[in-house]
Amino acid sequence: MAGCKPQTEPAQADKKIKIAIDPISRIEGHLKAEVEVAGGRVVDAHITGGMYRGFEQILIGRDPRDATQITQRICGVCPTAHATASALALDDAFGVELTDNGRIARNLILGANYLQSHILHFYHLAALDYVNGPDTAPFVPRYTQNDVRLPKELNDVAVGQYLEALEIRKILHEMVALLGGKMPHVQGIVVGGSTEIPTREALNAYAERFKKVKQFVLEKYIPLVYLLAGPYGDLLKTGVGHKNMVSWGVFPLDNNGNTLLKSGVYTDGKDYEVNPAMIREFVKYSWFEDSTTGLNPTQGKTLPDPNKRGAYSFIKSPRYNGKPHEGGPLARMWATNPALSKTGREKLGVTHLRDIGDACFSILGRHVARAEETALVAMAVEEWLSQAQPGKETFVPADIPQSAEGLGMTEAPRGALLHYIDIKDRKIANYQVTSATIWNANPRDDMGQRGPIEEALIGVPVPDAANPVNVGRLIRSFDP
Amino acid sequence: MKDKQELPDVQPEKTGISRRNFLKTLTGTAAGIGISQMFNPALIQALEKGLQRHPVIWIQGQGCTGCSVSLLNSVDPSIADILLKVISLQFHPTVGVAEGENAMKHVYDVANEYNGRFSLVIEGAIPVAHNGKYCILGEIEHREITMTGLVQELGPMASSILAIGTCATYGGIPAAKGNVTGATGVMAFLKTKNITTPVVNIPGCPPHPDWIVGSIVHLLESGIPELDYDGRPKLFFGNNIHDNCPRLEDYDEAFMSMSLSDPMGCRMDVGCKGPDTYADCYKRKWNSGMNWCVDNAVCIGCVEPGFPDAMSPFYEPAY
Repeated sequence: MAGCKPQTEPAQADKKIKIAIDPISRIEGHLKAEVEVAGGRVVDAHITGGMYRGFEQILIGRDPRDATQITQRICGVCPTAHATASALALDDAFGVELTDNGRIARNLILGANYLQSHILHFYHLAALDYVNGPDTAPFVPRYTQNDVRLPKELNDVAVGQYLEALEIRKILHEMVALLGGKMPHVQGIVVGGSTEIPTREALNAYAERFKKVKQFVLEKYIPLVYLLAGPYGDLLKTGVGHKNMVSWGVFPLDNNGNTLLKSGVYTDGKDYEVNPAMIREFVKYSWFEDSTTGLNPTQGKTLPDPNKRGAYSFIKSPRYNGKPHEGGPLARMWATNPALSKTGREKLGVTHLRDIGDACFSILGRHVARAEETALVAMAVEEWLSQAQPGKETFVPADIPQSAEGLGMTEAPRGALLHYIDIKDRKIANYQVTSATIWNANPRDDMGQRGPIEEALIGVPVPDAANPVNVGRLIRSFDP
Repeated sequence: MKDKQELPDVQPEKTGISRRNFLKTLTGTAAGIGISQMFNPALIQALEKGLQRHPVIWIQGQGCTGCSVSLLNSVDPSIADILLKVISLQFHPTVGVAEGENAMKHVYDVANEYNGRFSLVIEGAIPVAHNGKYCILGEIEHREITMTGLVQELGPMASSILAIGTCATYGGIPAAKGNVTGATGVMAFLKTKNITTPVVNIPGCPPHPDWIVGSIVHLLESGIPELDYDGRPKLFFGNNIHDNCPRLEDYDEAFMSMSLSDPMGCRMDVGCKGPDTYADCYKRKWNSGMNWCVDNAVCIGCVEPGFPDAMSPFYEPAY
């Protein structure tokens, strides 16, 4: 607990201290950070993904349709995103076009889980870097000097919202289940659309629950994020990273490729359209066979080599046009540049996300982008609800092709997500997943460039090596 | 820093609810109510009156965190009540505040202090290939702690082990055909290490929150629940889905769903694995009783030891 121990002296500028944090908790998965600190700031960083299951190998030889169920199990926080990416890849391979109601039902399933994931991330994973929970497990132990700066009244409000958010995210899963069958891991998203034709009753039940969620987002979540910018204003100026962004776009508004959250690449200060051929995955520092480095996912191979010398992660290093790029809410909001929420406009005195400028590329900037995106998706959910037609077909049956390829590109709540399938003899011959966290939490590439989180850690203040709170804050701002 | 006042020196005593009533409420749960409306308030009151929370260490191997997320969906008791009143969750990688060496040291401190008196919850499979390298959980003083290593160390110290989810119980998807990591379920792993701590298997991909909470409460109330051949509580996994399906009448009349979006009819022709699956989803339903797999699409048999290989292809009839 704060106040137990005197703060250690800031490190000497000429002396480097190595700090390993393993596990990085309050994320999905197994992650380690090793940072070098000099003069009270991070000067180098290595991020390690510590777990491998081998989905790509397990999928080979299976019925292509099973991929949508199996790949959801990559992530229990965002299974709907993997289901979506997989179904899009299969739609492409099977040559099937969705009905409007099928597209809308998928958006309502994915949309509710987007809101769930962002709320869970902010309150239950990230907020405890800024707020003290009750003095009991699982809220203790915590760093002795955890740099929590909220006055008691505001801290109490935030803890109250933490508990309320547990209820809100549960309601959001009820909304997912109304159209998706159950959650985590939905049955409802399949090649050809969605399995459950919405009834008037189901849509009403969804709408009724949504009201509470919308109120919570607008009245609690967004204001609290902006309130943090008061006591933690310095965190709008640290954690910059490469300032390169990728978004594949998500939530189709028609069958012509228009999406609510736009696709786009931002490299060295310039905007580009997405070209999937520009993606390559490098493995020099990953525990995968060197012979597989530099491949586009459509040619991809995933062959682990867990004892490879010099490697330090089970995460590959995807690069766009040879450069590291960040994915996630900030990248999507940067590509979309929507009008900000009323709270956002008032607090920041600007109208659009890009008007915020460089402060976006920061620890708190990523939280602001995530919160603003939550409001934007909530508004869209309301619109899709009004468009969904009770009783109208959501599913288009299609036969498994003898041989075909398919590419599915969408966005998980935590970043750009790509699934690629190659079907031969009506079975999966190759399946590759370039998942969201792989874009952010990757190690150095063959050219020696740091991954986005590694780069964003550079310069982050660590005045007290025994309590490196800002390292965790930076990593969690990416929602890995 | 531990919250000593909250940790018991002895296992919680009985909470004054008869086993008969407890079982009745557990098995009789109507869809969406949660584990029970009747026994829960009494349990919560008893715990509030001074019974202390049971220490739990929750570790994750090769999984997706979906089991933990499912637990968050518990209705009654709510997850807030579970965390603050029923168990003392001393370590959980996704929920717990501690990180790094502080977190790992705390795991060992709790295990040593409550040796033989805490429950170890295991989510995710245990990969045994390459000395456990495929799943690294953390480190203490540059010593890498793997999933295989930690289960071996903590397993004998725990009073009971709950294997949560199909990965932890039977290996699940990480152990499916084609895997190279040697992914293994908890019981199979413990057997190879001669660890004899009692294990309760709570499969499901993910398990229903009631199955997790009900098993934990049963453990605290009346000890290990009665288990089936596959180590699962009969309470939740005793009945066949197809034999109890609300659509059984359709099957008897050969009224079959023709497509995945067909709202009516038995789902067997579009791949439903209900006939091979034992779980009470047919009456409990999911997410506060909103829906379940068979009404939405098909059952893919996610609670069974053979999942996923024995259940695939998911969208082809099993016969």
